[in-house]
Amino acid sequence: MKKKKIKTNWLYSQTAKEHFLNPKNVLWDEKNYQADGKGTAGNPICGDQMALWIKVDPKNQKIKDCKWRTYGCASAIAATSMLSVMVTEKGGMSVKKALNLKPQQIIKRLGGLPNLKFHCSVLGQAALKEAINDYLKKISSKE
Amino acid sequence: MRKIYLDYAATTYIDPRALQKMKPYLTKAYGNASSLYSLGREAKAAIEKSREDIAKILGASSGEIVFTGSGTESANLAIFGIARAYRDYGNHLIVSKIEHKAVLESAKKLEKEGFRVTYLNVDSQGIVKLNELKKALNKKTILVSIMYANNEIGTIQPISKIAEIISNFRKQSAKRKAQSVRDSRFAICDLPVLHTDACQAAGSLSLKIRELGVDLLTLNGSKIYGPKGVGCLYVNKDYKIEPLIVGGNQESGLRAGTENTALIAGFSEALKLAEKLKKRENRRLKTLRDYFIKKVLKIIPGSRLNGHTRKRLPNNINLSFAGIEGESLVLRLDQYGIFASTGSACTSQDLAPSHVLLAIGLPAELAHGSLRLSLGRKTAKRDLDYVLEILPKIVEKLRTMSAIKL
Repeated sequence: MKKKKIKTNWLYSQTAKEHFLNPKNVLWDEKNYQADGKGTAGNPICGDQMALWIKVDPKNQKIKDCKWRTYGCASAIAATSMLSVMVTEKGGMSVKKALNLKPQQIIKRLGGLPNLKFHCSVLGQAALKEAINDYLKKISSKE
Repeated sequence: MRKIYLDYAATTYIDPRALQKMKPYLTKAYGNASSLYSLGREAKAAIEKSREDIAKILGASSGEIVFTGSGTESANLAIFGIARAYRDYGNHLIVSKIEHKAVLESAKKLEKEGFRVTYLNVDSQGIVKLNELKKALNKKTILVSIMYANNEIGTIQPISKIAEIISNFRKQSAKRKAQSVRDSRFAICDLPVLHTDACQAAGSLSLKIRELGVDLLTLNGSKIYGPKGVGCLYVNKDYKIEPLIVGGNQESGLRAGTENTALIAGFSEALKLAEKLKKRENRRLKTLRDYFIKKVLKIIPGSRLNGHTRKRLPNNINLSFAGIEGESLVLRLDQYGIFASTGSACTSQDLAPSHVLLAIGLPAELAHGSLRLSLGRKTAKRDLDYVLEILPKIVEKLRTMSAIKL
């Protein structure tokens, strides 16, 4: 699809817009993806639901890959996209640090979200937490 | 980039002919219509001419038209105005569940003031359940407010049938009262009063008061190629209403404040033009509407039409796409210059999906995935063909990244 920019005020920040229109790390092919942990959050009845998958490097406990899919509004999509970038950039975020990631940090990186949309970034964070816990449960059961 | 406006139900541009009528009153003829000298009389004359023109379209007398600041204000004036004027006669109101917020929020406010409100259900296509109306009517009912055509799904209500039900009820209760109560107050008027919000219907449906059988009717300028910030309320002369805005004798004391001559002149001109173009536009838009609906339902799997297939405004298309969310859809369409709207929660302040879509029994998920395209005078087939090219791609894209699997 061809894209053109229109010079008008957009509902969200430029960064959020970019992540919404060109989301990073979407999991297009679930079948062939071997995740170490999976988490979901939200509810379609409320208008947003997300699923998030992570791969963790067992040597240093850092997230080396993070994929997701979101049903939701533009800010939910942008927030999940940004979250996936944040946990994988610079060689990956440690699992411990990722567990403590705050929604505010995601919003800040997005250049802000309208107050009403705060919960969109909370959801992504909740899905990530669940994915990490899923991973931790798996490795502890292996041990 | 092409810009395709498909949100005429939200608002329209001003017809240049209506704008032309407004101009003198924004510049040279700026007088206050209440003033005694000629500059004021000029404004007064323009307002009264507009009032007559609108009354003529409605088949009413000009004394029955009150100019207001919007459709919302007109609806507020109707609901509060009647409730406050007739509260000695009863404290019960009936509205439908799919009314515009201008009516619903007014009713809710009155509930807090001690009124009792019945919210009528609608069927799966959005038609008010008339048997519920019949059951809800009682001797304390002072007002029934049911919209003429719905702004979201375009469903047209059987207003004259509703008026007939109310008229029958009045006759019966008049008989009862004559037998039991010897209270002269009851002879003053026939209650309940019937109000209809005709903002979306104007320009497409008949506005003849006698045909409709309504006592109050709300109209505004911004949906009929007139200016924003102006509306009117038809009030049958046999009924009285309490004003919302006081502080002057304008509009027979029913709406204080210096009249906005330009807006009123533009509004009446726009309504006259809309009446003139109605028949031709209806035919044209219906063809376009049905062409588009048929195509979309065929091309896009998991899509459905919301509202009635036939009893529908000629310019309204409301669709739901499973597995995607409306705000994302609307914002992506915007990237292609297509302007539309959605009943998704994400566009509302309370994060709840459209009350209209929920009322027709749509699951919340499909209400979130709704798209309203409303056509208008500048909509051509090639515009819809462009949408038919873009829309399936966007739906497909959003679905592949959606967490909901179909």
